[in-house]
This record gives sequence, C-alpha cells and structure tokens, in this order.
Amino acid sequence: MLYIFCPHCGSRSQNEFVYGGDATVKRPELNKEISDQDWDNFVYLRKSPRGKHLELWHHISGCRQWIKVERDTSTHEIFKTYKADELTE
Amino acid sequence: MSQDFRLDKIGMVNRNKKISFTFNGKKYFGYEGDTIASALIANGVHLVGRSFKYHRPRGFFGVGVDEPYAILQLERNNERDPNIRATEQEIFEGLEVKSVNCWPSVNFDIGAINNFLKMFFPAGFYYKTFMWPPSFWYKIYEPFIRMAAGFGEASIKHDKERYEHKYEYCDLLITGSGPSGLASAYAAAKNGARVILAEDKPRYGGSLLTSDVNIGNQTGVEWSEKIITELKSMSNVIVKNRSQVFGYYDHNMLVMSERIGDHLPKTQKYLPKQRLWYIRAKEVLISSGSIERPLVFGNNDTPGVMLSSAAKEYMKVYGVLVGKKPLIFTNNDSGYETAIEFKKNGVNPLILDTRKEPSSDIISEAKNLGIEIKFSHVVVAAKGYKKVKSADIAKISDNKKDLSNIENIECDCICVSGFWTPSIHLASQSGNKSEFNEKIDAFIPKKSKQKENTIGSANGKFTLEETINEAFNKGYEVSNNITENNNKVSIPTVVEKKSTEHDKFWCVPLPKGKSYKRFLDFQNDVAVTDIELALREGFRSIEHVKRYTTLGMATDQGKTSNLNGLQLVSDIENKVVPQVGHTTFRPPYTPVSIGAIVGREVGKHSKPTRKSPMHDWHEKNNAVFVDAGVWLRPRYYKQGNETLFEASKREAKNVRKNVGVCDVTTLGKIDVKGPDAAEFLNRVYTNAWLKLPVGKARYGVMLREDGIVMDDGTTTRISENHYHMTTTTAQAANVLSHLEYYLQLVWPELNVNVVSTTEQWAGAAIAGPNSRALLMKLFTNTDVSNEALPFMGYKEADLFGIPAKIYRISFSGELAYEVNVESDYGNFMWEKIIEVGKEFQIQPYGTEALSTLRIEMGHVAGSELDGRTIPHDASLEGLVSKKKDFIGKRSLGRSAFIKPDREKIVGVVPLDKTTSIPEGSYIVKDPKAKLPNPKLGHVSASCWSVEYDNPFSLAIIKDGKNMIGQKLFAMSPLKNKTIPVEIVSSHYVDPEGKRVRA
Ligand SMILES: [Zn+2]
Repeated sequence: MLYIFCPHCGSRSQNEFVYGGDATVKRPELNKEISDQDWDNFVYLRKSPRGKHLELWHHISGCRQWIKVERDTSTHEIFKTYKADELTE
Repeated sequence: MSQDFRLDKIGMVNRNKKISFTFNGKKYFGYEGDTIASALIANGVHLVGRSFKYHRPRGFFGVGVDEPYAILQLERNNERDPNIRATEQEIFEGLEVKSVNCWPSVNFDIGAINNFLKMFFPAGFYYKTFMWPPSFWYKIYEPFIRMAAGFGEASIKHDKERYEHKYEYCDLLITGSGPSGLASAYAAAKNGARVILAEDKPRYGGSLLTSDVNIGNQTGVEWSEKIITELKSMSNVIVKNRSQVFGYYDHNMLVMSERIGDHLPKTQKYLPKQRLWYIRAKEVLISSGSIERPLVFGNNDTPGVMLSSAAKEYMKVYGVLVGKKPLIFTNNDSGYETAIEFKKNGVNPLILDTRKEPSSDIISEAKNLGIEIKFSHVVVAAKGYKKVKSADIAKISDNKKDLSNIENIECDCICVSGFWTPSIHLASQSGNKSEFNEKIDAFIPKKSKQKENTIGSANGKFTLEETINEAFNKGYEVSNNITENNNKVSIPTVVEKKSTEHDKFWCVPLPKGKSYKRFLDFQNDVAVTDIELALREGFRSIEHVKRYTTLGMATDQGKTSNLNGLQLVSDIENKVVPQVGHTTFRPPYTPVSIGAIVGREVGKHSKPTRKSPMHDWHEKNNAVFVDAGVWLRPRYYKQGNETLFEASKREAKNVRKNVGVCDVTTLGKIDVKGPDAAEFLNRVYTNAWLKLPVGKARYGVMLREDGIVMDDGTTTRISENHYHMTTTTAQAANVLSHLEYYLQLVWPELNVNVVSTTEQWAGAAIAGPNSRALLMKLFTNTDVSNEALPFMGYKEADLFGIPAKIYRISFSGELAYEVNVESDYGNFMWEKIIEVGKEFQIQPYGTEALSTLRIEMGHVAGSELDGRTIPHDASLEGLVSKKKDFIGKRSLGRSAFIKPDREKIVGVVPLDKTTSIPEGSYIVKDPKAKLPNPKLGHVSASCWSVEYDNPFSLAIIKDGKNMIGQKLFAMSPLKNKTIPVEIVSSHYVDPEGKRVRA
C-alpha cells in the first residue's frame, strides 16, 4: 500500500485516496472551437508510461483536496507531491 | 501411551502441565509448550502423512516454518482448520488433528501405488498425463487428482471465530528475535526509537535457545531473557511472539499475522483468534535467520531423516529425542553440535562427515567426548519404509565422484546438515535483488530498495560475534537517523566455539546399478531425476523449471529445497548458481488464514450501514428494509400478511388518492456557495442556471465529459450566493468529487465552495392530492397556497417551533412537497406528519411504491441513467442548452449520439394487460427470428400501474419516438418468457403534468 504525502495533511496511506488519472491532461477551454480529434484526445486518450508519471489523487477520506503526485509506475516510488494549483517541475 | 523419547533433565516445556490430544483418533500425552511434532516424537510417532505425488510415508523434517512434510488438519470446536504445520501448532487439551493426503489411512495408503507407478509421474506429469483426450478431464482426471492430492479439506461452515485487523506505525520493525533481532532492538530502543519486535515462535531467542554460547558473561538463554524482559518494560517497544511478518509491500508497509488463540482450546473472551497487523515502518531490520540445508541422498525423504538443527532443537527446547541410534550426516561443523547434544543426553551418535580432514574447536570437543566420526563418508541411501531402520553408508573419493566400502549400519534417524541458507524472503519481497555469496553457497540481500537492512545469519553472518556486532551497530545507526539521540549502548563480549569451513559437496552420487529416489523438494515430491528430465526436455529458465517440476512451490515456497534445486541446475548446465539465478519470492512467507485476511469485514460488517434519523420509527412500523448503497431504506411497510406486491400497490394507490410520506433523507445534498456559484452550476448542468431567482428550484442534468448522463436532481437557490443541490442516493459521493475536481483543478478562478450536507438534513416527501391540506396544518404560520408556494417554489417555514425548509418538487408526479429539517429533528418531523396526516388518510410509503409512482410517470432514475444514456435517450433533450457550453457538451455531437434512430425511452404495456414484463427483457420485432435476434432495446424498469391497474414498463429502444403505437415483443430468455406488447409514451400518467402544478 502506497504512502502518499498530501501537501495539506502529511503522509497518509493509499486507502484514504482515490486515483484520478493523468495530471497533465488539460481540459479545453469552454466556448472554444475544438476539432473532433483534439476533443477525442482529451476525453479518451491517455498515455500509460512506464516510469515517471504525474498523476492526480483525491484525498477523499482526508482534506478532500485533489493533489498531484509524481510517481514511478513501475517501482511505485513517489518523488514529489503538489497541491492542485501548484506549478509542477 | 508413555513418552519413551522424552528426556528428563532438559527442555523448556512445562512438565507440571500434562496435556492430552488425539492424532488420527488415538490419544497421546504431551506437556504445555509442546508442538504437535514434539509431542508425537516424544511418543515415538514419526509417520504423520503421505507425500503429495507418490504418497510416500512422511515424517518430520524440520522444527518450525521450514517444515515441508508434517502438514495436518486440525479439528477444534467442531471447526476444521487445514494446512496446519505440526512443528508450529502448540498442543492444547482436547486438540484433535489428523493426517491429510492419505486414504484410507496413514498406515495403509492406496495412493502409495503411485510410488510403484512412478514412471507415470515424471516432471510435468500434470501437463503430460492428463492432457488427452480432453473429455476425460471432468470425469476421470480431475476427480482422481482431487482425491489423490491436496493438503486437507476446508470447512464449508461459517467460521465463528473473530479475526481483527490493526494498523500500527513505528520507527523500526524487526522481524525475528534471534541474537541479531534482540541486539538491534535493544540498541534502537535504548536510543529512543519506537520499535516493534516480532517473533514467529512462542519463545524468544532464536538460535540462542539451542546454541552453546556466552554473551556478556551470561548463557545465550539468560541473555535473551534479560533483553526481552527489559524490552517489554519499555514504553517505546512492542514485543510480539507467535507473530509472523509474512509480507513486505510498497513504501515499507509490512503485514504480520499474530496467532492469539491458536494455541488455546478456546479463544479468550474479548480477544480475537488471530490479528493481522498492517505496520508502516520507517525502517525495517530483517533478522529472520537462516534455515539448514538438506543433503541429498537415496530415499532421503524416509521418516526419521531430518535436519540436524531440528534434532538439536527437539532436544534442547522440548526435551525430546528424535532417535536413540542417531546418524549425523554433515558437510560442516553444525552437525557436531547436534552430535554433542545427543552425547550429553546419553545417546551415542555416529558422525559421517563429507570432509576429509577438518579440524576446529567443535570437532575436537566431539572427539574428546568419544563420539565416533567417519570422515570422507556419506549416506548413500536410507533404508526402511515407514521409518529409518538402517542406512547404506560409503566412503567417498576426494573428487566426490566415487563410492567405496558400501556397508549397511543400523540407525533410527539420520540428522542431516548441508550448511545454512539465509532466509531472504522478506528482503526479496521488498524488491531487494540478492547476490550469490560463494563463501556460504547461498544468496544474501544486496542493495536495499526500500528502507530495509538484513542482519545476522539472514545476511550470511554465521558467527555470533559478527552477528552481535553488526546488530548492535545497525540498531544504533538506523535508530539514530530517526531519533538523533546519540545514545549508544556498549556491545557485550561474545564467547563461542570456532568452526571451520564447510564442504561444498551436497548431493551423493548413486552407486552403480541403483536408482534410489533422491528428493530435492520434499513438499512437492521433486526428485533429482525430475530436474534432470526438465532440463533434457529443454527447460532452461529457472522460473520455467520451477513451474514444470513444481520445485519450490506451494506453502513451503522452497524454504529447504530452493538452493539444492539451483545447485543441481547449475551443475547440469555447467554454470554457477548466480548465472542460474533464483525464482522470485512472493508473499506470504508462511500461509495466512483467510479469516485473518478478511478480519472483521464479514456479513453486515463488510460495509458501513447508514440509517436515517427516522429509522427507529420505520422499524417499529413494520418496515421491510432494502439496501440502497450503504443506506438502509424502507422498501414497504407490511400490514398483516401482505406481500411486497400488495403492500407497494396499496402505498402507491394511497399517494395517488390521498397522501403519502416517504423518507428521502438518503438523497445526496450538497451546499454550493460563493459569488460564482450560478456560473459554476451553469457549467455543470446542461440547462441554464444564471437566471434562476432566489427561492426557486430547478431540475438539472449533469453529464460526464463523454456526454453520458452522470446524475440528475433539483437544485434550489436559497439566497443570492447559496444553492442547495440534490443528487441521487447512489451518485452523491461521485458528484461531490466531480464538483471538487472542476473547482480545484479546472476552474480554480471560480469563487465557489462545495460541501456535502446529506447527513445534516432529514427529508420527508409528502405526496398526493391531500398534501397541501396537510401542509397547511403542519405549517400554520406559513402561506403554502399555490400562489405563495408554486410548483418548484421554496420556502422556509416553522414546524411547531422547528425551522424547516419546504421544496415544492415532485418525483411521484402528484402534488408534492419535500420537507427538510435538521437531522436531529427528523423523527419529530416524521411523527408530526404522521400524526397530523391521519385525518387525510396519510400512509408512509417505501422505495417500491416510490418506484411505481415514478415509473408510471415516466420519470427517469438509475435504471435508465445507467452510464450508457445521453440526455436524448431519456427524453431530457429539452434540458440541453443550445446557447451555452457545459461539461460534456462537445461530446453530444458525436455521430452515434445524433443518429436519427438513436435509442429513446418509451412505455411498454403487455397486450393482455396482466403479464408483468421482467426487467432486462429484450424488445424485438419477431420473437421467432433467427438467432441472434436483432434487439431494439431493453426494458429498464417495470411496475404495476396503480393508475390503470395493469403492468407497465419503461424501455429504451432504437428510434423509440417512432415506435409508439407499434406491437412488438418483450423476450426474457432468463425467465423464458415472450410477451406481446404495445409501445406507448413513457409518460403513462398525467402526460401534461397538471397534477404537480395543481
Ligand atoms: Zn489531504
């Protein structure tokens, strides 16, 4: 079970969190023309890298904040965690 | 039966407490502190089972977790517990155990015929023998394998024992209380670290219990007792015996199984039988010790052949002799310790040492005691079927290839020592890649991947002095990184006998013309010939050899067999062991009971139960409850002998005719607050929200980004910047996460906060033509007329002194209101409604009537919004704004979503007006069409329409709008029904919606 450092609460066990997918995906702006392909990419297409991955976790049984976690998908090593509005490196 | 093999003067069992138990129905005696193994051996019993494949007789090989053979089935309080290791299970009064793997009995085993048919059971026999013809599988092969194989029978009864889970944190977890575990725990604890020390055996001390050493002028046993006593007295230390750390998981999460009641006749009051500890440790010291390696020779699986360290432990810990004519077969000095112990207890052993001319302190001591030693000698084969009776021994040439002077000598046990294998399982589980150490012919942990270090003999340190020094230093170093107390205790001096190098020889060649079976894996019956065959057949990777031959599998996980198997593969392949590598060790290190894994999460405890504040009232009034997610909701209120069908019909009818009240507390409620709240709702919902006035509610639909409906509900504007959102019961949690996602990550510039208020409000839906009249009597100070409180209106009101909120919304399609009060007043509100409602013929109604009412009105719910429907499908397209953008809007333009014959919700009525249509039925044009019959859609919900007194269903079917009026068929292959139906509008009752506005 992973041990995730929530920037708001401190280190907590994985079972307090819900996984939220790729954190680098950016929702297209509202009211903006967007091609079918770009929209499709946003809704469905995700990379599944082996290695470093910036992902979202929701501290659902804690502060209820969405956080960003930089994690190695093959070793589970967590390098750094960020608040939702924090700029990532 | 007398304990002929019990020694009088030594051992740690409690001689004052005699315990009786039965094995295969026969009564035996032992002492408190005995294991089943030690007690049976004391009684001269060595035959305890049959082997897995060949059904050869099986005895005891080890003394603890290393035991591959003696796996028994325990019967206790009419419960069955399979897979019990006789070397670990302590006896208690009334214990009943029996052998497994043998039929009809351990002494006469029909499966032993397999032993004579062994040419049919070579490596990979499962894959070869049972392949063809495939039709033989169920009828012949499978029943045969099932009867012949397996370690015991699981109970099919509910396990009434209690198992618990516990979460713990510590600075340092130490696995094993041998010399390295004790020393490091002591050093770390004295340095202020929070320490957990886990020992899998009942007694602490590990090898110190059986070795002849001195630490700080005390014997090993005295020293370990002193350290344990002090550790137990320290508030920063948790010491646990009978506790096996069996799994090392990510981020230093380790799991330990504590056997609290297994050694007792009955679990103690307020205590569980077993407790599973989830331990998050900052640092881990693995001090799991090492396991003696077998030597391989002919018939080395005969009962009476066992590890020499086990024989020593039976004597020193249990006061039990494994034999009175022991043969010690060794390639190193450890065998001598066992021989000396026999000698001290008045038994004359014979030592066969594979080495030519070794010399060391301990060998000299054996010589001085007059023990007979034959150097350059080996056991060729054990003789005897159910117990060792003699052994063929021989002189072996210096190159270890040739045998000479073969002679038969009498003996009743053969104690083997092939040197030591560090237990690196936990380190390996943590991700530590091990390395081969040539000096000890075994793998030791290499670079730590997680926060762990392996110490003592688990790390290949086989002298006590090295072990103690390493452990004290590591305990200090690791703890000091955490506590920075710099409090270093002094390391005691160690006195031990010096030993000399071991011999790398481990497998005795077969004499000419003999074909003895030489076993490598005792649990899975894997012999030298099996490995040879696998390699001849082309298996190269050790992982493949393992699966093909079953070497190192099952509960044993290769504890005794692993290295000899690797050695053999290396020898045949002309490689060295590190090139062959080893298979991956996986948790659990030892078997864990299913009960411990499940813990308290059984039955009603498998999920939380949420109850509304009015629950007690429902219960008192004969409510029959139904699970709605984690909520318990009244399904119907039973009167007399009513069935569900009758009761729900009565309740629904009463709503249509008079007035009913339904507990709607479970609906999800979310407070949405902030200056940008309107803008936010406008983006979340498909319809327009910017112009909703204060004091008004609106129905809204929200989508996922892929255009699928996520949830629906009404949201009310309480004040300028405050909205009260409701969600369905099922989606409440998901909707909150969804809103938080957009507010925190996508539109952080919006000044809005959301919070769940589901539990803050108790809700009652009052529905029916009499509902306004009732409201007027409930809220005497408030104007609830149609003008003052119109459809979709909202008012704060006073309910006999209690602040209440009235929302004029309707799910039933009748004139209806939803009244909310703070949860603590929920019951007060409910009782008032029932009391005041009497004159209006009020009746409570449950979820079944609620469904009926909404279905015949054509209101959609979870069964229609099932994660596949877009607004159009549910006839909600009128709520989709063309002007503004919102979550999921872009997806609604996808070609499949705008097809002219896109699915749409319709009503379905059986032509005979009596046959109910099963939910899930297919709608088809021609019930006799060739399969697969093209499906137009499916029935999503069914009810008995109380308005028309006939069955009515909702369905979502292709081109639904144009199907209205058509005669089709509903087919339920599951219920084997084909029902002629007519497609009608989904708004079956009051299609103009006059009632809600009345
Ligand atoms: Zn948090």
